[in-house]
Amino acid sequence: MAVSARHVAARRLGNVVFVAFCALVTFIALAALALILYSLIVQGLGGLNLNIFTKSTPAAGTPGGLINAIVGSILMCVLGMIIAVTMGILGGTWLAEYAGESRYGTIIRFLNDVLLSAPSILIGLFVYEILVFPHIQVRLFGHDIKIEPFGHFSGLAGGVALALLAAPVIVRTTEDVLKLQPIALRESGVALGAPVWHVIRTILWRGSASGILTGALLAFARISGETAPLLFTALNNQFFSWDMTHAMASLPVVIFQDALTPYPDLNRLAWAGALIIAASVLAVTIIARAFSQEPRRS
Amino acid sequence: MSTAVNATPTARRTTPRGFALEPVFEGLCFAAATALLAALGGVLVSLAIGGWPALSRFGLSFVTGVTWDPNPDHETYGAAGPIVGTLITSAAALIMALPVAGGVAFFLVELCPTILRRPIGTAVELLAGIPSIVYGMWGLFVFAPFFATHVETPLMTWAPPGSIWETLFSGIPNGSGMLAASIILAIMILPFMAATLRELLNTVPTQVRESAYGLGATTAEVVLKVTLPYIRRGAIGAVMLGLGRALGETMAVTFIIGNSHAFPKGLFDSGSTIASTIANEFNEAGPLQSSALIALGLVLFVITFTVLALARLLLRSQVRA
Repeated sequence: MAVSARHVAARRLGNVVFVAFCALVTFIALAALALILYSLIVQGLGGLNLNIFTKSTPAAGTPGGLINAIVGSILMCVLGMIIAVTMGILGGTWLAEYAGESRYGTIIRFLNDVLLSAPSILIGLFVYEILVFPHIQVRLFGHDIKIEPFGHFSGLAGGVALALLAAPVIVRTTEDVLKLQPIALRESGVALGAPVWHVIRTILWRGSASGILTGALLAFARISGETAPLLFTALNNQFFSWDMTHAMASLPVVIFQDALTPYPDLNRLAWAGALIIAASVLAVTIIARAFSQEPRRS
Repeated sequence: MSTAVNATPTARRTTPRGFALEPVFEGLCFAAATALLAALGGVLVSLAIGGWPALSRFGLSFVTGVTWDPNPDHETYGAAGPIVGTLITSAAALIMALPVAGGVAFFLVELCPTILRRPIGTAVELLAGIPSIVYGMWGLFVFAPFFATHVETPLMTWAPPGSIWETLFSGIPNGSGMLAASIILAIMILPFMAATLRELLNTVPTQVRESAYGLGATTAEVVLKVTLPYIRRGAIGAVMLGLGRALGETMAVTFIIGNSHAFPKGLFDSGSTIASTIANEFNEAGPLQSSALIALGLVLFVITFTVLALARLLLRSQVRA
């Protein structure tokens, strides 16, 4: 079969066009993302000063900082992570060690994957309905008894919302890394007479520690920038507070509110906050990648 | 188990420590896993209960109506504007981001000089983790002014009166609106989709690619006719995951869509999405309005659940991305 020169030329041309397109869009994409980082760094550094770390959020026109939001964010993220790590490791262990190929296990695995990328604002609405808003009235012996878990916005509700966003990530990573452990490890533990839960705790968890830690750090990176679920749960607080049973400021929410005001000093504060969040998320992600042998993503 | 312990008659019969706790531990693990199921179920149930007053009052017109009026004298909630706004911005973002994400993934796997492969790949993965509020702020302060003066205004003055372009480019050229929101969304889902596609492309066995090259195929032919069909199902799943992200995205959109509940008429017109409407109004809403907003959340839940479930089913068959 003769290969016509024109056919070969057309294929070559098609290839050149394709390669050029790929290179071009890669360049454009990287340029766009570099532009975003550039304005973030320039604008953010412009707003950074000592006040940010010593003063609380100001009213427009007065000097102030973000310390209440930073502390609020840290408290809620830590609470969220405590809940999420406990639930996530136990849930992931169940999926990896006990569930097998059972139907219930398959369903949970699937729903966990869905929960992993569910819109965070819906998680916020859910927590609002169960922890912030509910006024359940029960009539007992002629008395109306009102059940109000909190009945108002609180840092605790914010932490629970963040936990619900972090847990699926940890479940997923825990299950994945546990399944990487060889069966022989489990068998040898049991053969020595150890109870299965002992084997899981002292052999499997220990062997997968770095993987689980990676998952936890990635989950932490994910929730530390979340805004939407905190809007309806922790709300915001103009003042410095350690009290998690009441409304609490957080960096993302403060950024959201300050960026939408017409005041340049508040906008500058928002940029500084965005830089702090982006920098800490990047730092945590890089640490997480350093812990994992191979790049792992959620 | 006990026979092994009693191998020698003199050994005391002991129950090894901790066996009693075995079911407790398994029960704890099971409870944690079940709590996840309960959480997802709880989201659905709580949205349905909370949205019921609005849904039962407005019926089908909640989804088809175009009037969103919280004025207490004549409260009406028709959510067609936000629902259509969500679908249009997400679809437009996907159309813009997909070719670029594909190009980036192909470039990284097939074309990139080895020395740049790791740095660029890592950069793309790191950018996928930047919080969406950062993209939103950039959109509001940097992108919108640029877009208004350099894209919207010229296009609007260029559009011949009476043509379809005039309708398409109608709106207020202030840099925010449907198209601007779609572009920011596209930039936001781009690193995520590129990273997932790259991971999928890396699962294609080297022999498959090499045999195609060995037959004399060009790079374009290898990618488009061999590797892409190989990862087809997973790629569709990755795209739908990106779509799921775009549908539920709140912050990046709220900053720049203009937040008007009217049915958007042109690309530069302000609009709203389900998530942006909830974020903007929920904290100041009256009882019926909150119920309407929660019902909107239910609509979003149904849309995203469908998309995500399909995505996961397709992806699972290839890799656990």
